[in-house]
Amino acid sequence: MHEMSLCESILQVLEQQAEAQHYHKVKTVWLEIGALAGVEAEALRFCFDIVMQGSLAEQACLEIIEIPGQAWCLPCADNVAVQQLYDLCPHCGSHQLQVNSGDQMRIKELEVE
Amino acid sequence: MCGVCGCGEGHDHDHDHPHDHQHPHAHGAAHSHAPGLSPMRMVQIEQDILAKNNRYASENRRHFGEHGILALNLVSSPGSGKTTLLTETISRLQNDVAITVIEGDQQTARDAERIRATGVSAVQINTGKGCHLDAHRVGHALETLQAQNHSLLFIENVGNLVCPSAFDLGEAHKVVILSVTEGEDKPIKYPDMFHAADLMILNKIDLLPYLDFNSEECIQFAKQVNPKIKVLSLSAKTGEGMDNWLQWLKAELALQRIAYV
Ligand SMILES: Nc1nc2c(ncn2[C@@H]2O[C@H](COP(=O)(O)OP(=O)(O)OP(=O)(O)O)[C@@H](O)[C@H]2O)c(=O)[nH]1
Ligand SMILES: [Mg+2]
Ligand SMILES: [Zn+2]
Ligand SMILES: [Zn+2]
Ligand SMILES: [Zn+2]
Ligand SMILES: [Zn+2]
Repeated sequence: MHEMSLCESILQVLEQQAEAQHYHKVKTVWLEIGALAGVEAEALRFCFDIVMQGSLAEQACLEIIEIPGQAWCLPCADNVAVQQLYDLCPHCGSHQLQVNSGDQMRIKELEVE
Repeated sequence: MCGVCGCGEGHDHDHDHPHDHQHPHAHGAAHSHAPGLSPMRMVQIEQDILAKNNRYASENRRHFGEHGILALNLVSSPGSGKTTLLTETISRLQNDVAITVIEGDQQTARDAERIRATGVSAVQINTGKGCHLDAHRVGHALETLQAQNHSLLFIENVGNLVCPSAFDLGEAHKVVILSVTEGEDKPIKYPDMFHAADLMILNKIDLLPYLDFNSEECIQFAKQVNPKIKVLSLSAKTGEGMDNWLQWLKAELALQRIAYV
């Protein structure tokens, strides 16, 4: 996953929301990043600072909330924990898994002024 | 340059994709807050980072559905043979179906020119430092292309096995092209791309005698990350295996036609 373009998308959302929500500076950004979203937190932090330079979120803090991976296993008829997108079911070994949590990348909230 | 959508200024938006260019106004001295509000506060956003791209992608998909256009997003690492496959495909298929092409590259219009030399229309998108096509720029390319109803649209993405997997363009299928010179382990090294694709084309099989590429193992790796992936092996250069690919395309076109009616 390309962290630089994700940060550019984040900046776009921050700029769009600035007008609607009447703020002109972003102090903190809380992101929800699923363990299965294919995002490297370290790479994201690195790109975040670069992309936010000169913007309304220059020097903003980035807080990453990690969401563990979870999938519904069809044979087990149960939710199971998964570490990677293409893992097999840790109980029965099936690949008939439907990821239902941990693949999201969301901007959750902002601290602004 | 528009900071919101990344496209050049002065573009007309005569297509009706959801376009929310809310360029943030400059907050100078004239800016004032509503009285009584403390300067620091929390704002709930709850927005998917890729939501904007996904909105444009849905709009493109609606457009394809309305016009019966079969859109395929060709993804691969650089040099796997996408453009060669396209020119060879076009020369075999263009009497049966109308074809248009969107070419994505960081720089140059070379690939679009190679496509135009076959006689079909092509639009080149240069992404500059960007390394993938996004649905918004594809939407603008569609305005220029004016593809006819019941046609086939190939979108050749920027050569990159990583982030094009995350950017839906509104296509019916992603087709991943892997040339045998790249090694059989690419599906497990770049699983997101092979997971997102519905079809894998193993290209350059004319070179197999000179390599120790293990096709069986490669296909196994691809199925490991995507049990539903279909696989075709061919050489865009010699034409070996091209018939299976043309048949796959014709079957997809037939399905598209059923959906269109
Ligand atoms: N031997 C052999 N060479 C091929 C085949 N298909 C393409 N090539 C060669 O591979 C090189 C790259 O081909 P292109 O069609 O430009 O590849 P591409 O994926 O469009 O490249 P980018 O758009 O730059 O990512 C060219 O030299 C082609 O002639 C094939 O089936 N066999
Ligand atoms: Mg090309
Ligand atoms: Zn199970
Ligand atoms: Zn714009
Ligand atoms: Zn636009
Ligand atoms: Zn990219």
